[in-house]
Amino acid sequence: MTATADMVVPSFDDDVETDRTLAIICSKGSLDMAYPGLILGNAALGEGVDVHLFFTFWGFDMITKGRMEHLKFSPVGNPAAHMPAALAPLPGMTSMATHMMNKSLDELDIPPVPEFLELLKASGAKLWACRLSADMNHVDESDLFDGLDGIINASDFIELTEGAQLLFI
Amino acid sequence: MATTTINGKEVVVDDEGFMTEYDQWDKEIGSALATAIGVDMTDDHWKVIDFLREDFKVKGETPTIRRVSTAGGVDTKTLFQLFPKKPAKKMSYIAGLPKPHGCV
Repeated sequence: MTATADMVVPSFDDDVETDRTLAIICSKGSLDMAYPGLILGNAALGEGVDVHLFFTFWGFDMITKGRMEHLKFSPVGNPAAHMPAALAPLPGMTSMATHMMNKSLDELDIPPVPEFLELLKASGAKLWACRLSADMNHVDESDLFDGLDGIINASDFIELTEGAQLLFI
Repeated sequence: MATTTINGKEVVVDDEGFMTEYDQWDKEIGSALATAIGVDMTDDHWKVIDFLREDFKVKGETPTIRRVSTAGGVDTKTLFQLFPKKPAKKMSYIAGLPKPHGCV
């Protein structure tokens, strides 16, 4: 059961020792801005890249138990929502837009935020909460996603992602 | 597209070496492909490969890691252990299927 000499074997870079690391700072708490970091992080993990995510400012909602399941997509001030600007602020528009976005994501089998965090965790991601954001929101570990690796400050994050490629979202 | 000989059989592969003809694959070829990329096949590996083959037949596309865990019943952590570093690509290569198109 051997492969012949002329067989083309794809390179999966197993023998290449890369220390490629991707650091993603998630600073937004709206539904539409939560997903880019999660999706890119997941893609990087699938390519064998080490991934660290740092949740800070509004991005803290992504890991806050009481909020992570209820992120909203608002069409207000968002030209990419393709809605007349005067209609966007009307009552019910945000919940309707949120509902539609969640439906689209679900149809593509893209998991809700809490489940997505579980997926990243299972794939080997490191998830960090911002110390300052925790203090401002008066929360501790018990209020946050259970799979977090810790609450750290900005300096700690910069230190542990030395040499990493960085995304600020 | 080119043809190559795997385990004594002539098969069509793409530029990277992924098989392109679903029906040319058999388990012996799968074993040879696994050996070529350094994966030692166990029953757990075969469970994943069998799911990939079945799901492709029904859906017409290679399942993503997420689909293997939700519909195939093998969780993500296990997939990373069975097919280290790049599970999606490695398992589709061994199963004789194209790389998955989905992002998640």
